[in-house]
Amino acid sequence: MSATLASPAPPRAAAARNVLRWVLIGAVLLLALLPVLNRLPLDSALHVSDFVVSVTGKWITYAVLALAIDLAWGYAGILSLGHGAFFALGGYAIGMHLMRLIGPRGVYGHPTLPDFMVFLGYRELPWYWWGFDHFPFALLMALAVPGVLAAVVGFLAFRSRITGVYFSIITQALTYALMLAFFRNDMGFGGNNGFTDFKELLGMPLNTPNARAMLFYASLASLLGAYWLCTRVTRSKLGRVLVAVRDAESRVRFLGYDTTRIKLFVFVLSAVLAGLAGALYVPQVGIINPGEFSPGNSIEAVVWVAVGGRGTLVGAVLGAFSVNALKTWLTSVAPDLWLFALGGLFVAVTLFLPRGLIGLLRRREP
Amino acid sequence: MTAPVLYLDGVSVVFDGFRALNSLSLIVEPGELRAVIGPNGAGKTTMMDVITGKTRPIAGEVRFRDHDLTRLDEAAIATLGIGRKFQKPTVFDALTVFENLELALKAPRGPVACLRWALSGEAARRIEAVLDETGLASRSQDRAAILSHGQRQWLEIGMLLMQDPELLLVDEPVAGMTDQETEHTAALLRRIAGGRSVVVVEHDLEFVRALGRRVTVLHEGSVLSEGSIDHVQNDPRVVEVYLGR
Ligand SMILES: Nc1ncnc2c1ncn2[C@@H]1O[C@H](COP(=O)(O)OP(=O)(O)OP(=O)(O)O)[C@@H](O)[C@H]1O
Ligand SMILES: [Mg+2]
Repeated sequence: MSATLASPAPPRAAAARNVLRWVLIGAVLLLALLPVLNRLPLDSALHVSDFVVSVTGKWITYAVLALAIDLAWGYAGILSLGHGAFFALGGYAIGMHLMRLIGPRGVYGHPTLPDFMVFLGYRELPWYWWGFDHFPFALLMALAVPGVLAAVVGFLAFRSRITGVYFSIITQALTYALMLAFFRNDMGFGGNNGFTDFKELLGMPLNTPNARAMLFYASLASLLGAYWLCTRVTRSKLGRVLVAVRDAESRVRFLGYDTTRIKLFVFVLSAVLAGLAGALYVPQVGIINPGEFSPGNSIEAVVWVAVGGRGTLVGAVLGAFSVNALKTWLTSVAPDLWLFALGGLFVAVTLFLPRGLIGLLRRREP
Repeated sequence: MTAPVLYLDGVSVVFDGFRALNSLSLIVEPGELRAVIGPNGAGKTTMMDVITGKTRPIAGEVRFRDHDLTRLDEAAIATLGIGRKFQKPTVFDALTVFENLELALKAPRGPVACLRWALSGEAARRIEAVLDETGLASRSQDRAAILSHGQRQWLEIGMLLMQDPELLLVDEPVAGMTDQETEHTAALLRRIAGGRSVVVVEHDLEFVRALGRRVTVLHEGSVLSEGSIDHVQNDPRVVEVYLGR
């Protein structure tokens, strides 16, 4: 029924969308090929280095984070400057699992306690570490902890009608507070060193081409899944309600929608996706420390979305890849310039490209 | 005697020591079309804010059928069957006319229900009926952003109709409209009332005359005069504070 009533797109926009679809499918296939090309002999012209595979795998997790931010910001107008916290919490949850799997292979050789606990004189595992030796539990926590935190923060903020820049500031404060907390040794999360020296995951030794490929494909599958989920939301009536909330929240409230619940739903979903991204990120980079909570990280992730074009989903992914490609290149040629470049990029996009890179391709807003 | 739909008695609202409403009383019967007029700052919009739960009175009674509106929040009041058209038209520019009406349609409003929503034939027919009633059928697939001023106002009235409200509050619908649009709007509101009660706030006396129903004049937060348009236009107090300026 709805198909017959949906607006017929103008031919030019439809054509542009078709081209975009094929470009995307091509890009995904190309990405999927990377770990295969990695296996080619070193002297092959098509050989792809380990570095490229692991960096791309990392960017894919960033793209999932960008999707999460775009869903909340681009559609519902909820500008969180604390999504790095949800990402980091997801990462810490998987990090705890990876630490537990080290077992007696640590420097101190303790059968259950991670090295840093032995070092700090712990006698036994703190209760909040229980269960993390099981992968499904750790994965569940990687999604549930960010989700519950977002539910609490979102409930308090949305119920008090805290919106716009005030909400952004609260979320910045949240990630900053978590960073300070995780820096403390007595939190039981490894203090400023965080977790590292991981050995294996799901029976696979890490740092092998196999593990790299598996994590890469898990990330790619998660990106596709997250994209599917986000389009499912944005193309439903809920997506139209979100856009309405973004543009005129009080009007939506007068239509009888409980906008607190609507915003809470999308904010929690967004935080869960950010947690998933963090959970995929940590095994690939092999380390998680409180630096991941630093407020700058959250801002950087928002810049990806702004650069790609918010409220488009595809733009968020595009932004995550392109800004990080720029960052990887720039930090190798002129590391000191990165923060200036990031700031400049944000200003430039805001002034000259308000609809981001994707705005160059598309003409109709969501 | 039927029970009134809307019953305001002794309602007062204070902003920083300033009395925006001063012991205001107003009764609206089922199916009635009531015009409310008054000079700038008389408290007309504030009265609507009180009815819709946006502003809380410091004193007085506000009842809709047997519900005490001073105890309910905006969403709950909207769900009870009170629709409001704002002074500034606020349709959703990024959505099409059809989508605007679809959002307003009576349907479960939780996030999960919205996510799983599929347009039924029944719902589509309701939307099409309102498209016809408001004269917007040909603009159904256009984004609200590109509608004319008058069309935006009708879309907003259409959105209120989608919710099938018992009481409709309409704030300055014809401000900035052409004469033809104003006429169309008066006819639309007359058509709408009857099945439901409508309260219209308006400055434009030609329009109020075109509505041809009972008029309430507000001044400094309370009722100055009430009756037919001819009656209030000849009331010396009204002439003094409002019409005679
Ligand atoms: N939120 C508020 N805070 C302080 N003062 C307010 C507030 N809302 C309204 N007022 C004041 O209350 C008075 C009544 O305002 P209201 O908007 O109800 O008038 P109105 O009759 O709708 O006028 P208009 O014809 O200009 O729309 C005005 O003096 C206004 O300045
Ligand atoms: Mg007003």
